[in-house]
Amino acid sequence: MTWTADQPIVKIFDVHKSFGKTEVLKGVSMDVAAGEVVCIIGPSGSGKSTLLRCINALAVIDQGSVQVEGQEVHDPDLDQLALRRKVGMVFQQYNLFPHKTALQNVMMAPLHVLGEKRGDVEARARELMRKVRLAGKENHYPGELSGGQQQRVAIARSLAMRPDIMLFDEVTAALDPETVKEVLVTIRDLALEGMTCILVTHEMGFAREVADHVYFTDHGVIVEHGPPEILFSQPQDPRTKEFLSHVL
Amino acid sequence: MTQSLLRRWILLLPLVSLVLALPHEALAAPGQPGILASLLKWTPLIFKGFLLNLLASVLSMALGTLFGAFLGLAQISPNRLVAKSAWAVTQFFRNAPWLVLLFYTVLLIPFEIGISGGVIPLPDTAKAILGLALPVMGNVSEIVRGAVQSVPSGQWESAQALAFTRRQTLWMIILPQCLKRMLPPWMNLYAVLTMATPLISIVGVEEAMTMTRAALAAENRSELLVPMYGMLLVWFYLYCAPIAAWTKRLEMRFGVKA
Repeated sequence: MTWTADQPIVKIFDVHKSFGKTEVLKGVSMDVAAGEVVCIIGPSGSGKSTLLRCINALAVIDQGSVQVEGQEVHDPDLDQLALRRKVGMVFQQYNLFPHKTALQNVMMAPLHVLGEKRGDVEARARELMRKVRLAGKENHYPGELSGGQQQRVAIARSLAMRPDIMLFDEVTAALDPETVKEVLVTIRDLALEGMTCILVTHEMGFAREVADHVYFTDHGVIVEHGPPEILFSQPQDPRTKEFLSHVL
Repeated sequence: MTQSLLRRWILLLPLVSLVLALPHEALAAPGQPGILASLLKWTPLIFKGFLLNLLASVLSMALGTLFGAFLGLAQISPNRLVAKSAWAVTQFFRNAPWLVLLFYTVLLIPFEIGISGGVIPLPDTAKAILGLALPVMGNVSEIVRGAVQSVPSGQWESAQALAFTRRQTLWMIILPQCLKRMLPPWMNLYAVLTMATPLISIVGVEEAMTMTRAALAAENRSELLVPMYGMLLVWFYLYCAPIAAWTKRLEMRFGVKA
C-alpha cells in the first residue's frame, strides 16, 4: 500500500497505552490530513502529550495502530530514524543543546543525521533563524536567550530537518506571558505555509484562530472533536462544556 | 586569588620545615651535621623518589581513566547484561581497599610474560601502577555514569526526535555536556590517588617513602625521623593542595553556571 497525499498523513486508530497500571490512552483514534493544523486540548493528565509521542515513536503503544504517511510507526521493522526525519517535535522545555550556539543547534541534525554539506546547511540555518525572527542571535548560547527565543530556536532546529509534520508539545506552557505570543506567531506562520501541525496546547484563543480541527481529550479518550468554531461555541458533551467554562 | 594562595603555599614550605626541624636541631649530637644539613644531603635522593610517586600517579590516573571511561559507558549501555556486569565490576573495585588491591595485583601478575617467543619483564613499578589504576577505574566509572545520568532526559528526547542515533546522541550531545561536570570529581580523585602513592613502597617500589626510610636507616639518628617525614608531608601537601583548591574553584564556577 503506497501512501498518497489525499490520504490522512497521520492515521491513529484505537491506540491504547499504559504506564504501569495506569492506562493513559484508552482507544484513541484521529486522522490528520496533510497541511492540516490540529489542536489537542483537555485537562492535564488526559494523555495528550503521550498521544503526541506515539506519533514519532518516543512512546511505544500497547495496542492499536499509528500510521505516518502510510507507514505503521509501531512495526518492529520500521526505520525509526527515517520516521523521525519526517516528524519534527518541539518540547515544552525547549531542550536546546546548551553547549552549542543557536546556529549550531539548528545545524547539528542536518549535518550529522542527514549528512548534508555544511555550506548548504548553514545557509538554510541562517534563513531559518531569520524566519523565526532571531537574526543576530546566531552566535548566542541557549543560556543567553529568553525562554521565547529558545523556543523559537527549537522550532528552527526542528524545521532544519525539513519535516513533513510538526508536533508541538505544550510549547508555550513554560513561557512568560509576554513571550508566548512571539512563539505562537511563529507557529501560525508555519501553519499558514501549509505545514501539517499537531499541537497539544492550553492556548484556547490560538487553537480557535489557527486550528482546522480541535480534539478535546479527557481521561485517555477523545470526548469530542470538530472545527474550532463549532467545538468552542456549541460543545455537545458535558465534559467539554465544563472544561471550556473553566478555560475560556 | 590564585596568586595570593600560591604565595602562601610557597611561604609555607620553609616555614613548616623549619618548625619541624628547629626543636630537633638542638638534639643534634656534637660532632654530627645539623638537621637541616642532613635533610639537604638526602633531598636529591628522596626527591627522585618523589618524582616516581608523581609519575606513578599520572600513569595510574591515565590508565584508570581510560578503563574507567569504558566501564562507565558500559554501565549506561542499553544492553542490560553489559550494564549489570559493568556495574558489578565498578562496585567491586570502588569498594575494595586500595592496599589489598595493590598486593593482589602485584602477586597475581607474573614478573614477566612471554609473547611469541619474546619475554617482556614486568617490573614491580609497572604492576604497582596497574594496581593503583584499578580503584581509579572503579571511581572514574562512577563519575562517568553519574555525570551522564545527571543530564536531563529532555536532552536525550530532543536528540531522539531529531533522528540522532544513540551513539551520536551520547558522543555529540550528552558527553560534551558531561565533561564539565566530570572534571572536579576527577581532579579530586587524582589528588586522593597522589596521596595514596606511598602505598606502593610496600610492594618494593623505590619511591619517596622507601627512599626516606632508606635515608633514615643509613643515618640511624632518631632526631631525623620527624623532620624527614615532615619534609615528605610538605611536598605532598604542596602538590595536592593547589589541585584541591583549583577543583573547588571549578566546582563553584560550574555550579553557578549550571
